[in-house]
Amino acid sequence: MKNSKIFTENLYLHYGSKMALNNINLAIPEKKVTALIGPSGCGKSTYLRTLNRMNDLIDSVKIEGNISIDGINIYDKNIDVVNLRKKVGMVFQKSNPFAKSIFENVAYGPRINGISDKNQLTEIVEKALQNAAIWDEVKDRMNDSALGLSGGQQQRLCIARTLAVNPEIILMDEPASALDPISTSKIEELIVQLKENYTIVIVTHNMQQAARISDMTAFFYIGELIEYDKTKNIFTNPEKKQTEDYITGRFG
Amino acid sequence: MIKNRKIDIKGFVIEGLTLSSALFIIAIIIFMLVVIINGGKSAFSWEFLSAFPKEGMTKGGIFPAIYGTALLVIIMSIAAVPFGVITAIYLTEYAKENSFIARTIRFAVRTLAVIPSIIFGLFGLGFFIKFVGVKMDGLFLGGELKWGQPNILWASLTMALLTLPVVIVSVEEALKTIPRELREASLALGATKWQTIKKVVIPGSMSGIMTGTILAVSRGAGEVAPILFTGAAYYLATLPHALSDQFMVLGYHIYVMTTQSANVDQTLPIQFGTTCVLLLLTFTLNIFAIILRYRIRKKKIN
Repeated sequence: MKNSKIFTENLYLHYGSKMALNNINLAIPEKKVTALIGPSGCGKSTYLRTLNRMNDLIDSVKIEGNISIDGINIYDKNIDVVNLRKKVGMVFQKSNPFAKSIFENVAYGPRINGISDKNQLTEIVEKALQNAAIWDEVKDRMNDSALGLSGGQQQRLCIARTLAVNPEIILMDEPASALDPISTSKIEELIVQLKENYTIVIVTHNMQQAARISDMTAFFYIGELIEYDKTKNIFTNPEKKQTEDYITGRFG
Repeated sequence: MIKNRKIDIKGFVIEGLTLSSALFIIAIIIFMLVVIINGGKSAFSWEFLSAFPKEGMTKGGIFPAIYGTALLVIIMSIAAVPFGVITAIYLTEYAKENSFIARTIRFAVRTLAVIPSIIFGLFGLGFFIKFVGVKMDGLFLGGELKWGQPNILWASLTMALLTLPVVIVSVEEALKTIPRELREASLALGATKWQTIKKVVIPGSMSGIMTGTILAVSRGAGEVAPILFTGAAYYLATLPHALSDQFMVLGYHIYVMTTQSANVDQTLPIQFGTTCVLLLLTFTLNIFAIILRYRIRKKKIN
């Protein structure tokens, strides 16, 4: 595929002796939204977490195969995981702001990158909050605790925090599953805006959400990639029966 | 049937039993406090807190014991807290949950916690004084006796060993309260493990670390056995000025007054008064720990 950002070839992942990903091959296009769908336990979140090597944190995980980003194998032994994670940001299912002020939450990434100049930090934080469509709601209370924000605001703050590190790829693990419909639609609008500048990979349980916002959709089932195609094709004319059964709600 | 309510005798008896045993504990505490305060109140005065013992320790104050206790607790904390915090950080953040080394450390910590305190005293005498101290004298002072005898440094280090498990376990508990999501958030932003610990885990568990520390200190303040052979003195005319000096301490002073005094009856108010001071000290530390925990928790919510 042309303009692919992330290539996955023959990826296997085991938790101890249990196989969680079975021979995944997937090419994720640049500056598009790619949705990963499938029933719980199908491996979609596990796959997402291989892309920024978050699974490294679990002792029993064993990974075989290749994932390359911009042509570089991210499982090569010379890869600096810290730099990889700066390039591949992540937004989690449960919003997880730090118990710090709104400003400090967003400034966290730039600060650990060694930026300490107050003006520069202010500029980065402001831009990140604007890009995450939350600036107008928080600009007058930058020094208040982030924990005082609503769930939807917290999640957009977490997106801003990710943007402040200036990543190229943003991984989203069911970012709206814990939010009300209004907050969810705000996050969805935001994702569509963000794809102009970022490659987005999103795990979602919500079929309509995948159909609304994604360009490509991958359907996972019991650790295998069943079908991967343009979202339009997956939702209107899936090739595999399992895919059709799932998106029409017959199981899962 | 519904109307025919029977009295549940068994339930009534059990509730009564549990309530009365709870009340019994409160009664014991109140009784103890009343006896101690009643006995000690006649001894209490500014002089009692600020003066040296007088007339063969039958009159005067307990200032050197208060001073010695404070000094002991400070030196002990300087030794035990950093060491304990670092160990706890290793156990929760770095060691693999079920690795051999983590299990060995946990076993050692648990064992350390149940060793009777008098054994720590003997260990301090044998290790710090007779081994480390004597060796130091041999190396630096040509055998002149300075470190090879009881002093406040060895007593504080012995006490630090005793309180170490308390610090480690409470700091470990505090670190564990930081949810995995927060660590992941930090790591996903490209923070290293140490940056995550320094900027997210430790600040988030500061209240727990502080409370654990204070509780350990308050435990150390009341112990006598570990310092019995390692530095506590019966009576000293001067305050300790150097780490190689001996010192007086509240807990040991009570013991001395009740068992070694020339006239036990005459010193009774001093015994009660000293007990009051020691209890007040531990209570204050505990209340301080509670307030601290409460305040930081409140700050976290806002």
